[in-house]
Amino acid sequence: MAKRVEATGVTAYYGSFKAIDDINLNVEPKSVTALIGPSGCGKSTFLRTINRMHEVLPGARVEGRLTVDDEDIYAKDVDVTAVRRMIGMVFQRPNPFPTMSIFDNVVAGLRLNGVRRKSVLQEAAEKALVSANLWDEVKDRLGKPGAGLSGGQQQRLCIARTIAVEPQVVLMDEPCSALDPISTLAIEDLMFKLKDSYTIIIVTHNMQQAARVSDRTAFFTIDRTGDPGRLVEYDTTQKMFSSPSEKKTEDYITGRFG
Amino acid sequence: MSDPGVDTPAPSGGGQLPRRKGFGAETVFRTGTLAAGTLVLVIIVAITAFLINEAVPALRADTANFITETEWFPNQTPPVFGIAAIAWGTLVTSVIALVVAVPIALGIALYLSHYAHRRVATTFGFLIDLLAAVPSVVFGLWGFTVFIRPVRTFSIWLNDYFSWLPFFGGDGPFGRSFLLGGLVLAIMVLPIITSLSREVFLQTPVPDQEAALSLGATRWEMIRTSVLPYGRAGVIASIMLGLGRALGETIALALTLGFINEITFNIIENGGNSIAANIANGFGEAGEIGRGALIASGLVLFAITLVVNMAARVIIYRRREFTESAA
Repeated sequence: MAKRVEATGVTAYYGSFKAIDDINLNVEPKSVTALIGPSGCGKSTFLRTINRMHEVLPGARVEGRLTVDDEDIYAKDVDVTAVRRMIGMVFQRPNPFPTMSIFDNVVAGLRLNGVRRKSVLQEAAEKALVSANLWDEVKDRLGKPGAGLSGGQQQRLCIARTIAVEPQVVLMDEPCSALDPISTLAIEDLMFKLKDSYTIIIVTHNMQQAARVSDRTAFFTIDRTGDPGRLVEYDTTQKMFSSPSEKKTEDYITGRFG
Repeated sequence: MSDPGVDTPAPSGGGQLPRRKGFGAETVFRTGTLAAGTLVLVIIVAITAFLINEAVPALRADTANFITETEWFPNQTPPVFGIAAIAWGTLVTSVIALVVAVPIALGIALYLSHYAHRRVATTFGFLIDLLAAVPSVVFGLWGFTVFIRPVRTFSIWLNDYFSWLPFFGGDGPFGRSFLLGGLVLAIMVLPIITSLSREVFLQTPVPDQEAALSLGATRWEMIRTSVLPYGRAGVIASIMLGLGRALGETIALALTLGFINEITFNIIENGGNSIAANIANGFGEAGEIGRGALIASGLVLFAITLVVNMAARVIIYRRREFTESAA
């Protein structure tokens, strides 16, 4: 249930603007990989190329090669919806479907896949909510609207919705930036648990968070405004935070970035 | 210490803060807007009072039941007239208009908001808005000179194959019928429903749409799971506004209906009348009772449109509450 992600020469554009240039990165299965870097450095853009959400925006396109267990996800005849089912995504702001109940939110992905049997859906919903550490809090009100939960609960609901379809890879785009510290801790605990089953790639602005949760860290930056983002250094988190090889990485991590 | 730029009269508070101005632009503006707002209310009340005042003597003189009578002969002695048939015609033509226009309008709106290339969408959206600017008399003239031909052919075809349905029976002649009037109305309400629905669909929050896409939804599945539920209330409100337009339409129906007062399900035979068309056609030659009778029918139409508009407002208001709580 976890696969290796390999990016080779990935370059992404918004219209004529080159947002990231020539990213080469291998992500190990069953690990947490953190993407860090200043705002606008292209780490979110890179994340969105991995499940082909980048191309949703008008004029956006991707060059290079991205494989998941040697399967080229940008091959011409690949069904993009299948790619997104295999590679789930959790967004910056919790975005449960506002008109749906908690239960309907969790099983939304399964319903899209054509699962209709009530018993199957119930089982999957419970399993996903338990995995997302949310079951005990919502088991008595599964029929209530998902939008009525607290921010942290909503984000865990979104994680449950993502893992309910049993993806191979889970992408998280600053999943804690809209949450309070306690909810953030809950999500971080959850990431530890989830990496037993999933390959997790997380974008974060929070350096402590990257140090706490990730096995490997990739540092992105831009040289000047308007330049494309590039990958500066990619190594084990321990090495990156104790003795990075690049001066730029060290400056950023120690807060001397400028 | 006192500010040199401000007059400091006898201190009533601490004396440190500048005093409030007695009269200024603020007061003028407030009075002006209040007057404008009040004027609207005064006009509405005055019009209503005038209409009721005109209508009551005619209703007293009516020898038939105004609600159930189908004929409209207010100028003969004794006067016989009732709202039933023309109100029926108003409802039937409006229903036909909505049944035809709503699916097409929603299809266009979704195409413009979620499928079309941005440049195409802008041009196409502009054309749709232009359609809303065509005067209704033009639609009416076009309806009864040009559009009547295909509608007549279509009516004959319907009559040939589906005459066993009450809507498509009869022996003709066909053409100047509820169907023609309803279809012309459909074209007229189409731009209203299209542009309002498109606006609502465009407002669907991007995170909602990305949530669906990231779960592996196709474009249509994404529309079904996030765009349509989000836009539902707004779409209903836009349909209500379109209905309001269809109910009140006058000249286009005056030119396309066949002027037979009857309550019938047959929509293809020559015939049909509506409240507004009846007023347009009858006002010129009406006597005193006749005028009052037409005004009474206008009041009924006013009441119907008021109810429809209020329903639309209630729905829009509920939607606002909903989106606020969801944010």
